[in-house]
Amino acid sequence: MTPPRRQRRYPRHEPPPPPKPGKQGEAKNPERLYVVAGADEDGARAALDLVTLIVARADPPPSATPEQAALLRLCTAPLSVAELSAYLNLPFSAMTVLITELLTAELVQARAPIVRQAVPDRSLLEAVMHGLQRL
Amino acid sequence: MDFKGSDTLPGPRTGDHLPHTAQAAVKIVIVGGFGVGKTTMVGSVSEIRPLTTEETMTQAGIGVDDNYGSESKTATTVAMDFGRISITDQLVLYLFGTPGQERFWFLWNGLFEGALGAVVLADTRRLEVSFDVIGRLEERGVPFVVAVNSFPDGPRYPIRELRAALDLAEEIPIVECDARRRASSRDVLMTLMRFLHSLATTGSPR
Repeated sequence: MTPPRRQRRYPRHEPPPPPKPGKQGEAKNPERLYVVAGADEDGARAALDLVTLIVARADPPPSATPEQAALLRLCTAPLSVAELSAYLNLPFSAMTVLITELLTAELVQARAPIVRQAVPDRSLLEAVMHGLQRL
Repeated sequence: MDFKGSDTLPGPRTGDHLPHTAQAAVKIVIVGGFGVGKTTMVGSVSEIRPLTTEETMTQAGIGVDDNYGSESKTATTVAMDFGRISITDQLVLYLFGTPGQERFWFLWNGLFEGALGAVVLADTRRLEVSFDVIGRLEERGVPFVVAVNSFPDGPRYPIRELRAALDLAEEIPIVECDARRRASSRDVLMTLMRFLHSLATTGSPR
């Protein structure tokens, strides 16, 4: 018995640019509902990754919305945007709006992820390998 | 009893908190067709109970037809399960299991662009489901390895034959695994990391 066969593909000359928030309706991709529903007035939004770590810098102020207060209570220790999205049961795009508000109000701190580089950082890869070996 | 809408706020269980020293995170994406075992693999190596992040999008563009002139749009939810492995007190690794359809990938900013690399989880009962995923990763220049999840009722092919069927470049690792077993899933991740390390040593991927 022979399995079905595939044909190899190669990198495009221009890798597709990451989609810009707010412009997605023009592309073929479906729209994110919460891009439209978000509270960001001027379209400015912090560049948040699923694994950006968020840490509260203060207790929820009396002016905080219930969502803001819930988030601040969750991330007294660092938590990723993905975990916050899961625990608060909010879509990723709604999370980024919420976190952007809190970053602007200086109520949380964001710790940026380490992303893939053209030339990977070998010491980083080795650290991950050591960590996996301990599993 | 844990009713929905109870007063207790959902949150990390005791022991699911990261240390305050956690400075940065990295991510690996596990991609494959429906039912291929992505969530099983995430769960078998994760230190936390796998969680789900969702994104909601409007129906236009999802279905077979374009929705020209139609005002009625239905919201669709796309979910992605993920897990976490603490590497050091400063560094955390997240694993995301994502659907194979590329049109969902943009929903989460930089899901693949920022990932260290990807694991393509394949199933010999439906090998062709992985074809498009692998092609998309090749086009985007995302480094990946292929893991064939062994299902008891799945046909067994020699790795050499699978490599030929998937038309994989010689340097791309392909391994068999049992996604239910922690050691096996860990070995798949180690295979990816060693591959990434070899790319870092030899210079450029492919």
